[in-house]
Amino acid sequence: MPTVIKLRKGLNIRLAGKAEKILLPEVTVTRFGVRFADFPGLVARLEVQEGDRVMAGSVLFHDKAAPEVKYVSPVSGVVREIIRGDKRVLVEVVIDQEGNEKINFGAADPLKLTREEVTSKLQQSGLWPVLRQRPYHIVARPGVVPRDIFISAFDTAPLAPDIDFALTNIHGGHLQSGINALSGLTSGKIHISTEAGGSRVTEMKNLKNVVFHQFSGPHPAGNPGIQIHHIAPVSKGEVVWTVDLQDVVSIGRLFDTGFYDRERIIALAGPGVQHRNYHRITPGASVSGILKGNLAEGKWRIISGNVLTGKKITSEGSFGFYDNMVTVIPEGDYHELLGWAGPGLKKFSYWRTFVSRLIPQKEYKIDTNLHGGRRAFVVTGHYEKVLPMDIYPMHLLKAILTGEIEMMENLGIYEVAEEDFALCEYIDPSKTEIQEIIRSGINLMIKEMN
Amino acid sequence: MSFLLDKMKKMEPLFEKGGRFEKLHSVYDGFATFLFVPDKVTTKGSHIRDYMDMKRTMTVVLLALMPALLFGCYNIGLQHTRAFGINDWAWTQMFWFGFLKLLPMIIVSYLVGLGIEFIAAQIRGHEINEGYLVTGMLIPLIMPVDVPLWMVAISVAFAVILGKEVFGGTGMNILNPALTARAFLFFSYPGWMTGDKVWIEGLTKGGGLDGFSGATPLALAKLDGFAQMPSPMEMFLGTIPGSVGETSVVAILIGAFILLLTGVGSWRIMVSMVLGALGMGLLLNAVGGSEYTQIPAYYHLIMGGFAFGTVFMATDPVTAAQTNTGKYIYGALTGILVVIIRVFNPAYPEGTMLAILLMNVMAPLIDHYVVNANIRRRLKRVTTA
Repeated sequence: MPTVIKLRKGLNIRLAGKAEKILLPEVTVTRFGVRFADFPGLVARLEVQEGDRVMAGSVLFHDKAAPEVKYVSPVSGVVREIIRGDKRVLVEVVIDQEGNEKINFGAADPLKLTREEVTSKLQQSGLWPVLRQRPYHIVARPGVVPRDIFISAFDTAPLAPDIDFALTNIHGGHLQSGINALSGLTSGKIHISTEAGGSRVTEMKNLKNVVFHQFSGPHPAGNPGIQIHHIAPVSKGEVVWTVDLQDVVSIGRLFDTGFYDRERIIALAGPGVQHRNYHRITPGASVSGILKGNLAEGKWRIISGNVLTGKKITSEGSFGFYDNMVTVIPEGDYHELLGWAGPGLKKFSYWRTFVSRLIPQKEYKIDTNLHGGRRAFVVTGHYEKVLPMDIYPMHLLKAILTGEIEMMENLGIYEVAEEDFALCEYIDPSKTEIQEIIRSGINLMIKEMN
Repeated sequence: MSFLLDKMKKMEPLFEKGGRFEKLHSVYDGFATFLFVPDKVTTKGSHIRDYMDMKRTMTVVLLALMPALLFGCYNIGLQHTRAFGINDWAWTQMFWFGFLKLLPMIIVSYLVGLGIEFIAAQIRGHEINEGYLVTGMLIPLIMPVDVPLWMVAISVAFAVILGKEVFGGTGMNILNPALTARAFLFFSYPGWMTGDKVWIEGLTKGGGLDGFSGATPLALAKLDGFAQMPSPMEMFLGTIPGSVGETSVVAILIGAFILLLTGVGSWRIMVSMVLGALGMGLLLNAVGGSEYTQIPAYYHLIMGGFAFGTVFMATDPVTAAQTNTGKYIYGALTGILVVIIRVFNPAYPEGTMLAILLMNVMAPLIDHYVVNANIRRRLKRVTTA
């Protein structure tokens, strides 16, 4: 039995609208899209034009800095549109699905392949971007052998899906192959972190070539960044990788069947949807399929991902590359009379200035209102309480804001991702955009270190 | 209430760029956001944000100040009756007398301070920061009651402009603004900040009973020895001369309870400061020497501005140490310094004010060493791995 790593810092936001553990039949949609913003730091070079025919696994674009890292189409069809934003910056490649043609990359037993062969198969097939590296929380740079690979097998974010449930329902049997493929890529170990008590799924329990860890505690205990910090932190000069558990299945599927297929089980949650359930979806698919006729009356924000780190999308928008849920919460564009005063019986808060801390309710509706105005940093000692890492958040943020490279390095910029700081941003009475600051710090590091 | 909102919305264009009252935008914004939490939604990062904001944070501190303020009103009246030999006032009368005396000070403090804040916000194009709501209340509470209003006004102006705005406003200042105001007066007009007259309403204008001394316990300890000192119970309850809000330890403790219960004030600073002062006091008791070193250690906690400073001044998150370890060190050193200044420096009964201001300056240094320890831990990992 592995020892349980107990984390006390953090916060579970008791958001209303958890998804019921029922998997609904797949809904077909024709609009698919690959969003560039899903890959921070990527400078993309397009390989298709509007009107081109693509198959599932056809290259859409590659990384300018590492041309071997390809980004492929999730389905077969026609490239309908390449959306650009201000200054012609690439926003999204939109594909109209037609037919069901897939590129066969060839099945193989990863244990019998060399590291180069496994790498090249992942890169050719477009699955490579599911591997992300720390430092920087970006798509893994090829040519680097990671010290270890970390997989989180539970998600503590608000309304997050039950990963065990997802794993039981995913077209299974590929998990071990995925692990086998990964095991050849690292010089170290593959670490899987579960909740205290371990996974309930047999396929997980029987995995070989992995080291299990158990965590207990509130969000962000499920974030791989937090787990890495407590298992074997990333120091300067080291590189580790993280992979989503369902993507390990995708990798296994590639080696077992030869096809690029990232189908996954996701949760549809939040008070904005009438039927909150689990769905089978391929990243890139328009969420219109699962939302059609399902949105409640009102003005809602649709988020691909969880409420802390997800991206705002439209009701037609594409499901994000790395996401595992869609959350729909009320928009908060209203004025509230003396909203900052009052006891706050029905207002969930981290802060004990609200009566809701004394008389808690089971769950709360929370909208997107900022609940205040932007201020300079004033309060201290509270970011620390929701960040279970040996890091001084305020000092790291200030080092980033003043652009002190060496200080950022010393204070742990290599260990963090914006998602680890999401709760700091949530509780902040000064309403600082902390995740954006962290990402800008990471971007600065990438620029300075190359 | 939608009527009020409509009215407000209708006025808004007047204060926008190009509007007739463009120059008053910060004032409009300050009042509008006070009345209604704006309809601004999250655009990046986390889609949901806590209901807590700076207005609520500062409101909690104001709430915590209320017991000290209310007792201060009563005590102004009480001290006045004692000094002038009035025997027939009910406590409500004393309270009302004090309230009428304190109110102009509070109004002047807010008018001058908020006026400057509004102008600064307008120049910078920022929203009004709520920090002054607390500072503006603290300043009258740490003044002697008889200080002239014009002095309150210039000390506020000095503190807000030179103590805060030149550094970039609330959150950027190095010294606690309220103490800066007090220190300014203390060094510019010492006659109005010390002695045995200013603490009691009316005494500076003459009159009063023959032989009545309105000196504070700390001053008494210096002037006449301990014979005339009030009892510890009196000092604890606060029925003694002193700055308006500082005398009652009971009222301040209620405030401390509110700050700690809500998590707005730092218990680390409060506890370590009390322990620091107590420890230093006991040490001096043990060493002995002069009459001053023999002041019972716990007297330091209930005399002068110690309690008020510990709960409301040293805990100011902007000017205190920011790391948790740093807070222990900062608090303890402040407590120790208070006692050292009081005991070894016969000219200054102002131990708390000076100790906190000095430690405000030191706080970044303390944090620097605490953070450096974290950096060393991180570097060590690389070399040992």
